[in-house]
Amino acid sequence: MNRIDGWIAGLCAALLLVAPLLLNAYWVDVLNSVGLYALLALGLNLILGEAGLFNMGHAAFYAMGAYTAAILNTRYQIPILWTLPLSGLVAGLFALAVARPVVHLRGDYLLIVTIGVGEIVRIALVNDVFGITGGANGIFGISRPNFFGFIIRQPQQFFYLIWGFVALTIFLLLRLKQSRFGRALNYLREDAVAAEGSGINTAYYKLAAFGLGAFWAGMAGCLFAAKMTIISPESFSFWESVMLFMIVILGGAGSIPGVLLAAFLVIGLPELFREFSSARMLVFGLVMMVMMVVRPQGLLPARGRRFG
Amino acid sequence: MTLLSLQQLTKTFGGLTAVNNVSFNVDEGAVVGLIGPNGAGKTTVFNLITGNYQPDRGQITFAECELVGLRTHRIITLGIARTFQNIRLFQQLSALENVLAGCHYRMRGGILSAMLRLPAQQREEADAIARALRELEFVGLSEQALTVAKNLAYGDQRRLEIARALATQPRLLILDEPAGGMNEQETEALIGLIGRIKARGITLLLIEHDMRLVMRACEKLVVLEYGGKIAEGSPDQVRRDPRVIEAYLGAGDDE
Repeated sequence: MNRIDGWIAGLCAALLLVAPLLLNAYWVDVLNSVGLYALLALGLNLILGEAGLFNMGHAAFYAMGAYTAAILNTRYQIPILWTLPLSGLVAGLFALAVARPVVHLRGDYLLIVTIGVGEIVRIALVNDVFGITGGANGIFGISRPNFFGFIIRQPQQFFYLIWGFVALTIFLLLRLKQSRFGRALNYLREDAVAAEGSGINTAYYKLAAFGLGAFWAGMAGCLFAAKMTIISPESFSFWESVMLFMIVILGGAGSIPGVLLAAFLVIGLPELFREFSSARMLVFGLVMMVMMVVRPQGLLPARGRRFG
Repeated sequence: MTLLSLQQLTKTFGGLTAVNNVSFNVDEGAVVGLIGPNGAGKTTVFNLITGNYQPDRGQITFAECELVGLRTHRIITLGIARTFQNIRLFQQLSALENVLAGCHYRMRGGILSAMLRLPAQQREEADAIARALRELEFVGLSEQALTVAKNLAYGDQRRLEIARALATQPRLLILDEPAGGMNEQETEALIGLIGRIKARGITLLLIEHDMRLVMRACEKLVVLEYGGKIAEGSPDQVRRDPRVIEAYLGAGDDE
């Protein structure tokens, strides 16, 4: 990161830090949504952006995390934030289980399979699988997060919880990028045959990408459940997976700043143009098309690592 | 001492027998050339050795290990490294990152140690970068360490592939047409590089069409035609072998 990047990042962080003090509850809530999508997209970025595995079923892992948190909280009274690691773990393990038989598939084939996984999970939730998901109504009465005795209920308070977690995620993922693991994912994306031929266990890293990306989606699901206090299958529709896919590609696959910027644009902009009602989605779709034609590498494409 | 041994290797694709009952040995420390007309099955032999294809019949033994059935990355970790006929670099990554791929399997760090920046992980990372830079220097690409692979000149891309393969610290290096697309000067430099790799104690097996390179660099040649071995021996023996002359120049019917 050079000095200018550092200043921009610092400025963005400072703006975000004071945003809840300047904005009303509605806009803070929009920022909370942006934060959740940023978390989800950062997880998907590992799978899609870094490792180049087409996953359009990310909402399934999100749902696994949210439902794990909701079920543990409402049935077993486990404090919602305590379920955070477990939500991630369940989503991650689920991803490993479903990815294992299909991960050797390439590009478009994998895409179709992951769409199928996303739909199966949603339909299973609607049909109250194992009698624990509450069917189409979902689960309600999830308790508020209790942060060392401080109960988080205002959007402003959630803002700091969610964006604090985003900041931690960025910190960890930046470190991961500059490591053997992070590089291995990139080798996969660039040329899996050459990666295998350089001694890299490509099957393992494909699964690891899915597992880790889903782990993060699961934790985002837990935060979502805590924020909403009620979750239902409609929050985890195919459209969510599509939006996340778009955020990663639009931002610049493999680029953390790009993914963050795209999360703001894709989630925030439609809110900004709410007065145009349904016409905004038309414009939104058009912007997407133009973007992909004129800037296929994304808004802020990934840059090479600086060494030394 | 025999390092690599192929025994009665056969591979068919549908009705086509790409490799037919091929056997030969590669001695430790030698430079062996695998030659033959286009479509003779040379690259298929390489792909069988590195596990990209599974043979229908036959055995491949490397340093007392049976390779058939092992996955490619396992074979690489046993000490075989390769380059590809149609260069396969990680196009969007820097030369240094390409070479770091070769260092990968000798490293240990995982997700957690990277996220926590444990001292051991940092040390390992620094060591790997140092080793990768040494390999880049060895092939003469120090200056281009941070250049994105796709922006390198063609000959440099070939040398980068060799550096990546060397970074795995192999006992046997397999080069698939290393001089392909190179001009005379670059080929000359490549012959020098092959000599220096050999001097490091690494055994070489290479496919090459450039006969000048083959005759000068190799101590032993194996000649394939239509998937079968038609000759084996020193460059001088092979050059005089009537079957080889026929394979390369066509049968002399009109004599």
